[in-house]
Amino acid sequence: MAENISRSIVRVQGLSKRVVSPEGELVLLDDLSFEIDAGEAVAIVGASGSGKSTLLGILAGLDVPSDGQVWLDGHELFKLDEDGRAALRQSSVGFVFQSFQLLPNLTALENVMLPLELGGAVDVEPQASDMLARVGLAERLHHYPKQLSGGEQQRVAIARAFVVKPKILFADEPTGNLDSATGERVIALLFELNREQGATIVLVTHDDALARRCNRSFRIDAGCLVAAEPLVAM
Amino acid sequence: MAATIRLSWRMLRRDWRAGELTVLSLALVIAVGSVTSVGFFTDRVRLALENQANTLLGADLVMISDKAIPETLRDDAARLAVQSTTSIEFPSMMMSDERNQLVSIKAVESAYPLRGELRISPQRFAPDQVAIGIPEAGSIWVDMQLLDLLGVNVNDVVRVGEADFKIASVLTNEPARASGQLFSLAPRVMLNLSDIASTELLTPASRVRHRMMFAGEITAVANFRAMVEPRLQPGQRMEGIEEARPEVRSALERARRFLGLAAMVSVLLAGVAVATSSQRFIRRHLDSCAVMRCVGASQQQILSIFMLQMLWLGLIAGAVGCLLGFGAQFILVGIIGSLADFALPTPSLLPVLVGLLTGLATQFSFALPPLLHLKNVPSLRVLRRDLGALPTRSISTYGLGFVVLSALIVWQAGDLKLGFYVLGGLIVALLLLAGVALLLLKALAAFRAHLFVEWRFGVTNLMRRPMSSVAQVIAFGLGIMVLLLFSVIRDDLLDEWGNSLPDDAPNRFLINIQPDQIEPLTHFFSEQGLKAPTLYPMIRGRLIEIGGVTLQPDDYENPRAQRLLERQFNLSWAAQMQADNQLITGEWWPDSDSEGQFSVEEGLAKTLAIEVGDTLVFLIDEQRVSARVANLRSVKWDSFRPNFYVIASPGVLESYSSSYMSGFYLPENEYLVLDKMVRQFPNITVIDIAAVMTQVRTIIERVTLAVEYVFLFTLIAGLLVMYAAIYSTLDERIHESVILRTLGASRRRLLNGVIAEFVTLGALAGMVAATAASLLGYVLAVHLFQLEYQFNGWVWLIGVIGGGVGIGLAGVLGTRKVLNYPPLLALREM
Repeated sequence: MAENISRSIVRVQGLSKRVVSPEGELVLLDDLSFEIDAGEAVAIVGASGSGKSTLLGILAGLDVPSDGQVWLDGHELFKLDEDGRAALRQSSVGFVFQSFQLLPNLTALENVMLPLELGGAVDVEPQASDMLARVGLAERLHHYPKQLSGGEQQRVAIARAFVVKPKILFADEPTGNLDSATGERVIALLFELNREQGATIVLVTHDDALARRCNRSFRIDAGCLVAAEPLVAM
Repeated sequence: MAATIRLSWRMLRRDWRAGELTVLSLALVIAVGSVTSVGFFTDRVRLALENQANTLLGADLVMISDKAIPETLRDDAARLAVQSTTSIEFPSMMMSDERNQLVSIKAVESAYPLRGELRISPQRFAPDQVAIGIPEAGSIWVDMQLLDLLGVNVNDVVRVGEADFKIASVLTNEPARASGQLFSLAPRVMLNLSDIASTELLTPASRVRHRMMFAGEITAVANFRAMVEPRLQPGQRMEGIEEARPEVRSALERARRFLGLAAMVSVLLAGVAVATSSQRFIRRHLDSCAVMRCVGASQQQILSIFMLQMLWLGLIAGAVGCLLGFGAQFILVGIIGSLADFALPTPSLLPVLVGLLTGLATQFSFALPPLLHLKNVPSLRVLRRDLGALPTRSISTYGLGFVVLSALIVWQAGDLKLGFYVLGGLIVALLLLAGVALLLLKALAAFRAHLFVEWRFGVTNLMRRPMSSVAQVIAFGLGIMVLLLFSVIRDDLLDEWGNSLPDDAPNRFLINIQPDQIEPLTHFFSEQGLKAPTLYPMIRGRLIEIGGVTLQPDDYENPRAQRLLERQFNLSWAAQMQADNQLITGEWWPDSDSEGQFSVEEGLAKTLAIEVGDTLVFLIDEQRVSARVANLRSVKWDSFRPNFYVIASPGVLESYSSSYMSGFYLPENEYLVLDKMVRQFPNITVIDIAAVMTQVRTIIERVTLAVEYVFLFTLIAGLLVMYAAIYSTLDERIHESVILRTLGASRRRLLNGVIAEFVTLGALAGMVAATAASLLGYVLAVHLFQLEYQFNGWVWLIGVIGGGVGIGLAGVLGTRKVLNYPPLLALREM
């Protein structure tokens, strides 16, 4: 099933997403094709409703396209069933969301332990607490999400994403719920960990400053890829 | 799998810590606790019966007969190396210098008991020891209570019939204290069988129970039984250890069914609480599931984690419920166990198994449908929160739970037909209650515009969730109804029963009056300045034929019919029908009747399918006596006047040996008359009806207390349903209250709204409960007890006020989190 295609970690071909609405068929994504190389940092930018989050969802295997194919880390994503895609996410993918998506009943430490536990690893606590220390939350291990500030919650989410050493990290508006200073620190951390672990980053944002920190940015407008701006100096 | 088990356990601990599982686990604890408390109690009584069967019987096998048992049977037993001994038992009066008392006499032979032991003590309250042998001739052993009743002590002399006896010891324990001794009426007196003749108490018409007891090797006893059983005469029966204490067994079986079904009401309500709290639990875990899917959990893994989590919770809550049930059954034993006259062993583990299975069945049947939904939560929910929401409550949510609980109810009833009746009754009752609750809510809503603002707010809250409100009204209504029924209405009924008896209703029965005593007894009454009571002749006979058909007890399925044909019953004769009897069909015989006819009580006629015109044949003194049935009549048994199933016209029965009986009213201050009477007529047995009524009242009170106690679980389960309902709306309530407080509503105003909501809920439940309890009271009074029923206004007042205050308080406690939640925190979480 694995199919090695060049050195790209993400390859998209003829990707479309249409939904049926009361007003008729709505095209969310229209025939997109592109590749992302391993180790790259790519921003997907565009206005609200342009389809960028839909694209991220499909790239991560959270949603299925109407047409087209996506290869993720050499696997043809939509030839896998839902559980197969989940297994692929477990081994290769990390996530950071705008709304943090921490489990409210779990402490910071337990939130970071969760993906390791789901993978069946044992004695995961040291690994998780090291990761939290790495994001500057060594003193906050046993706090619940609601006892943490927004910036702290997002750092827990980053720790949770990186603790499994993902090959690719998907981030959906990671600074969208944070003030600009906090957002700046969170982004710095994100790129720092990315560099340390040599992961690929694909992030959705409408923050141009953030987009400029990436190697490339794809601009989406009304479901179409209008520009792929290459190689901005990091 | 090991990783999933570990993770599920950890997740359980985390959810527990977060308080997500409190209501769910409490509901399970209550469900299991109510089932196991009843289970442990009935199990202990059952074990007592099994463990002590042969000591309870005093032998391995007993033949019981209402006539003397032929001595040849002892030779048959001896040939098979089976030991035997006999005893006879009958009621009689016993006299001391000052007083007299009805006692239960048991005369035994030296080998008694063949199994188990007699225990005696030399003085009242002295430590007891195993008795060696039986009372010597001329001496007796007596229950300690008799010493007090007669005002005598050990070594005093008392009189039984025509003989004097020395009280040698206090009898503290006796095997085979059987037949009707569960609620024993008269204290025991044990004497030597060789002394019976000297008392001159036994006549052919006396009510005597003869026993012949056997013991030996199991196979020898079995062979002996196989040999003797086919030769049993009517009126004789065999009791082995498996049939020991049939009256306790059937009482136990009834108690098990009734209390078991009462416990099922708690399980039903707990199920509603489980369903409601599971919904909230699942709703709050939708995001978690999406995140877990996102970071790589498979559908199978998610389902396994949550299923295992539920399993652990079920097992832990079940274990706690079992402990609760074990503790609670001690109180149940205290309330009704003491009515039984033997020590109870520790229970087996069977009720634990039953409790755990009931708990798990309740939990999974109500939690499974929403739980299965979790695996379908799409991972895309992390980006789009509107996806994968829990479907609204539907038949699929409660359907499985309903089916499983129905099966549990039928199983508890232990009988398919009874189970379906109970189930059907329950469904109809619930629908009716729901209808009434809904109507009351609607009526209140129409009235809403005229209410103060806080009350309007509270009532609006109730109307917004009408189904949940109706469920809560029913839950509380049931609990309050049971409390009202067993407190206010029970007392009303008992009082009504007491009042239904005329002031001069007989309070003493005289039995065993010999024909030659009629004259002197009548004279005695007039000497004492009392009106001589009517004396009724009494003849013992067995019904052997109806309309030419020879009767066999096995021909009837009805156990009552079987019993009636196995034993002798009392016949009488009269020229006139008793004033309080009523003719149902046929004609009463004319004064000059020469043909010989029977009048039959309608209940008996129905049981044995006797019709007017049938010829009945009785066996009396080994002779056939036949006559045609002239009429059927109804009898008011609870009037406490002497009454008979079968009455013959004059001329049919007079030639057979008979005794007489009578009932009369003795003013309380004239009890000394009884002493004189018993001294003058020592063979006459006096039964104190007032004492029997007190005893019946005590039994009714104990039994209803036990039922009330089991329904306490129902009330707690009702409270849990409310908590679960509050909890399921807690997020919504916090959201609302934050908005209201941000807009300037004071905490006091919000609190008043909450009070209004729950006081209204409680008052509605109280009203539904009072109505249902009054209707039930009416049905019980008119159809079951044939009493006039006076509706008691207090029931409504107590119900409405009690319900309003109780539920109002509980509701405020349950929602205080809403009022105390910091608005900023809530706004940040939105």
